[in-house]
Amino acid sequence: MNNLDRRLGFLSALPITIVLAVSFLAPLAVVAIFSIMPPKVFSIFNTPDFSAYSVFFTQGYYKSLLWSLFMALISTFILVIISWPLAYGMAKVFGRFTLVLTIAVVMSLFVSENIRLFGWVLTLMKGGLIEGHWRYFTGTGFDSPLYGVPIIIFGLVYVYFPFMLFPLAQGIAMVPDDTRQAAFDLGASRWQVLWQIEVPLAAPGIVVGSLLSFVLAAGALAESKILGGQAVIAMADDIETAFTYGQNWPLGSALSIILILIIGCLAIFGVGKVDLDSIMGRKR
Amino acid sequence: MAEQPLLRLQGLVKKFGEFTALNNVDLDIKEGEFFTIVGPSGSGKSTLIRLLVGMDDVSEGQILLRGERIDQTPANLRPTCMVFQSLALFPHMSVGQNIEFPLKIRNENASQRRKRALELLDLLRLPRNYYDKRISQCSGGERQRVALARALAFDPEILFFDEPLSALDYRLRKTLEKELKDLHARTGKTFVYITHSLEEAMVMSDRIAIMKEGKFEQVAKADEIYAQPISRFVAEFMGEVNLFEFKVKDNGTYESDAITIDRNINIPGAKGFKTGILMVRPEYMHFIKGKETYNFTLSGKLHGEYALGSRIQYEFETVAGNITVEKLREDRLSANLGDLIELGFNLDITHFIGETK
Repeated sequence: MNNLDRRLGFLSALPITIVLAVSFLAPLAVVAIFSIMPPKVFSIFNTPDFSAYSVFFTQGYYKSLLWSLFMALISTFILVIISWPLAYGMAKVFGRFTLVLTIAVVMSLFVSENIRLFGWVLTLMKGGLIEGHWRYFTGTGFDSPLYGVPIIIFGLVYVYFPFMLFPLAQGIAMVPDDTRQAAFDLGASRWQVLWQIEVPLAAPGIVVGSLLSFVLAAGALAESKILGGQAVIAMADDIETAFTYGQNWPLGSALSIILILIIGCLAIFGVGKVDLDSIMGRKR
Repeated sequence: MAEQPLLRLQGLVKKFGEFTALNNVDLDIKEGEFFTIVGPSGSGKSTLIRLLVGMDDVSEGQILLRGERIDQTPANLRPTCMVFQSLALFPHMSVGQNIEFPLKIRNENASQRRKRALELLDLLRLPRNYYDKRISQCSGGERQRVALARALAFDPEILFFDEPLSALDYRLRKTLEKELKDLHARTGKTFVYITHSLEEAMVMSDRIAIMKEGKFEQVAKADEIYAQPISRFVAEFMGEVNLFEFKVKDNGTYESDAITIDRNINIPGAKGFKTGILMVRPEYMHFIKGKETYNFTLSGKLHGEYALGSRIQYEFETVAGNITVEKLREDRLSANLGDLIELGFNLDITHFIGETK
């Protein structure tokens, strides 16, 4: 019986294993090999050198990486703070209204990210929806907030909001009501309840939400391109340029590998810290 | 001047919309008392304790602690605390951190906290090396003790209990009941305990309040509630009792469809009532084997016989409904199911409950 289960498990996992191997691991391997090729070659059958990695340091690509990581970090932090109250409401207070909210938030994902970001450009640009109306009614204009780092961070927060909200709501739902009441009854203030009971017990949700948003934000380029007008260059932007205009596949590959390694280490570290089973609903 | 009660409830009312969960409750609880509130589910006892702890707002009335109103004070500022039914231990903290929680909230320093936590482990008879254990490593009974230690660390004026033993198995419950009573004696604290089990209440309490539909039906010492319930509800809540209805006629004689009543007796307290109930505990009912006479008699068809350890319980079908008799093993009845048996009891072991005037 046990044996049959194991064989069935293996057989049913086979298709997805093949798909993953062909579509995920194979390209990754190609990218990894390309990253150690000499500059501007289009074949993986050259003598390996690590010139592409040295270019990362000598030609200032590390700056884009730092910008990407910095903006991802700030936006993740902001996301935790602004999502918490809403996630709390969805998990503990709203009841049936939670479904309406969930649908509303998910609906925003139906429209492509680029189109939504262009919507913000039209809203915020000089002579756009806001400034244009303001000027029409008051006669005075003001500068557009577009094309700077804050607006890129705003874009990241806006786009990756659902990826923080839902895991966070899951995490908060895992905090038993009675532990909160007991802490309060034992003299804790609302802040003490938050820091000593709710945050630690909702930690799996916070970690999962933060990882998702951080990883996505660190690899994002549309926000810095569309809203930021390339005020700063994101790492993903550099990678795209290297593969397209630059026609330098080894450089693009090396940059990709660096980003993948950093994010991969973070993800493994983060996931190691929490019990994913508890949030995925499997019995411990 | 009367001694000031530790806790006084005055005209306490709690409404949920149209539904009145607590209907004008008055109560005084003395310092150091073990007071138990008993009632079936839906009687309002959980609502009452939530008000007392501060987890819900009162609709009307007052709660006074040492003469000061506390009903508007939020739970975290009240000098009382509760042991939850679920215990509500903090799963991300060790046993020691759980116990120290209320002290940490008050910013006591680490060495003092540790000292107090170890003292409480001793008091609750938990080994000191439990300090570093995780909650998930503790058994049900140990968790119970950790929850108690945590509540005692808070050093409350009153310690409330919301059915903390109801989820445990019978033997552990019996052990912990005695431990709680012992702990009450050793700490001298005021305990207010809520349960649906009158048995639990009897073992531990100084006084018991029986709750029904948002009101106290009877508040008295355990013995008094047992021997002299004031209503059918309390009597039936007390477990196995036999209740016999009768009428008091204008000329002072009694009439009953359920039992045959000796003409010459006078039931104390029955005067002035039109109808009443006689309560008889199963152990005071007798089988009439020969010519012996009793003040009250009835006959019943034996339809059940159950061994309860040292005693045997018999169930009879009678005009008065189902009647229970309990006998020691040596007084065992030799009869078959379906046999008609004569039953009798005397006035001195009955308790009269007046119903209508």
